[in-house]
Amino acid sequence: MTLHVNGKQHKLKLQTRVTLLDALREYLGLTGTKKGCDHGQCGACTVLVDGRRIYSCLTLAVMQQGPKITTVEGLADGDRLHPVQAAFIERDAFQCGYCTPGQICSAVGLLNEGRARNDADIREQMSGNICRCGAYPNIVAAIRDAQPKS
Amino acid sequence: MELFTFVRQDDPAAAVKQVSGDKGATFVAGGTTLLDLMKLYVETPSQLVDVNSLPLGKIEATASGVRIGAMVRNSDLAFHETIRTRYPVLSEALLSGATPQVRNMASVGGNLLQRTRCPYFRDTFWPCNKRQPGSGCAALEGYNRSHAVLGTSEKCIATHPSDMCVALAALDAVVHTQGPKGDRKIPIAEFHVAYGEAPARESVLEHGELITAVELPNTPFFRRSHYLKARDRASFEFALASAAVALEVRDGKITQARVALGGVATKPWRSLEAEKALVGAKPEKAAFVAAARAALKGAKPQKFNAFKIELARRVIVRALTIVGAMT
Repeated sequence: MTLHVNGKQHKLKLQTRVTLLDALREYLGLTGTKKGCDHGQCGACTVLVDGRRIYSCLTLAVMQQGPKITTVEGLADGDRLHPVQAAFIERDAFQCGYCTPGQICSAVGLLNEGRARNDADIREQMSGNICRCGAYPNIVAAIRDAQPKS
Repeated sequence: MELFTFVRQDDPAAAVKQVSGDKGATFVAGGTTLLDLMKLYVETPSQLVDVNSLPLGKIEATASGVRIGAMVRNSDLAFHETIRTRYPVLSEALLSGATPQVRNMASVGGNLLQRTRCPYFRDTFWPCNKRQPGSGCAALEGYNRSHAVLGTSEKCIATHPSDMCVALAALDAVVHTQGPKGDRKIPIAEFHVAYGEAPARESVLEHGELITAVELPNTPFFRRSHYLKARDRASFEFALASAAVALEVRDGKITQARVALGGVATKPWRSLEAEKALVGAKPEKAAFVAAARAALKGAKPQKFNAFKIELARRVIVRALTIVGAMT
């Protein structure tokens, strides 16, 4: 099968039961995307598929051969961080860091959707990403900072 | 996860033929329920037929209403202008369910077939008449706080989990299917089978029958509708009790009403009793309370979920109060 990940084509030979998450981590070596619950309940595995955020644990690699997949490794432009990544550092929006790649990809998806008008919207629209350290206040602040100024 | 073969189909007839010809085959769309349950060995299909590239992804106005393709994603449906303005209860129900990531994946057809969150169904250690007919129901004697109070039996008390289906039940939706024996149009009230009746059979679909669309009628008062959901946390949680309601009010009296309940029943629960209590009455608290009482009249509590009966009544009253105040 062929996957388009972070601007590159990858040819892979995988069993049909391999999830997109396991294909990224175990077969492409892209371990930025994290496995938390593996059941669509935590958000650590969030990636972007054609710019839309999804849980990579709840889809099969074989089902994702057409679209462009972006993981946390594909967000920066060389050494220049994506604005969401920069905002997470500026706002110290993490503690242990395990949920952070999923939080960042989800936040990029949220900004692409363009429907968050205030902090309450950001909280609701980030509800698919759990942070057990409880870094939520700083995550909300980082996403607020990263929003395009109108 | 068990091993399985995988086929992608671009044509509905070919997809139907592919699944019909193999007893172990099943359709996969968003995968958010199916893959979850395959990882738990609750579902063990021998073949998956991927229907994501079928041409069923449009929302179209028709002469009699709106036709929603089965492959439309929950997020796209929720934010569609026609749905937001003419069927707000559906948009609200969709946005109250799951998370943006799940809603970007989950399809309308798949959501109609969402499986229960009963923990005893989801864990193969326990007896479960739904998973293994005849083995018994562990929830009856177990921790049944999240379970149903309407449509239950000694065989099954699992709660139907969908929010979207509750709105569709209130909106007189019709499910369009294509199967090995031809096409069907199934009213939503006849689509789901209450788990209490036949736990292993959750809908009237035959093996290999594919959902192609859901049609909503042109009913003007559906603009005046609302979905209210009570749950253990503010977001990303299943309903303890929810209500989808719509009201038509003329000259200070209710002329038409729709009331459907979620989180408390073994199928998306339309309450004709509640609607009867509303029609002809003034849109005031007395009528709303009478409707709520009527809706829960046959409710049967379990050891840990009796609170749901009063909670559901209050959810109905509040939802009706909100809709009653709409102009």
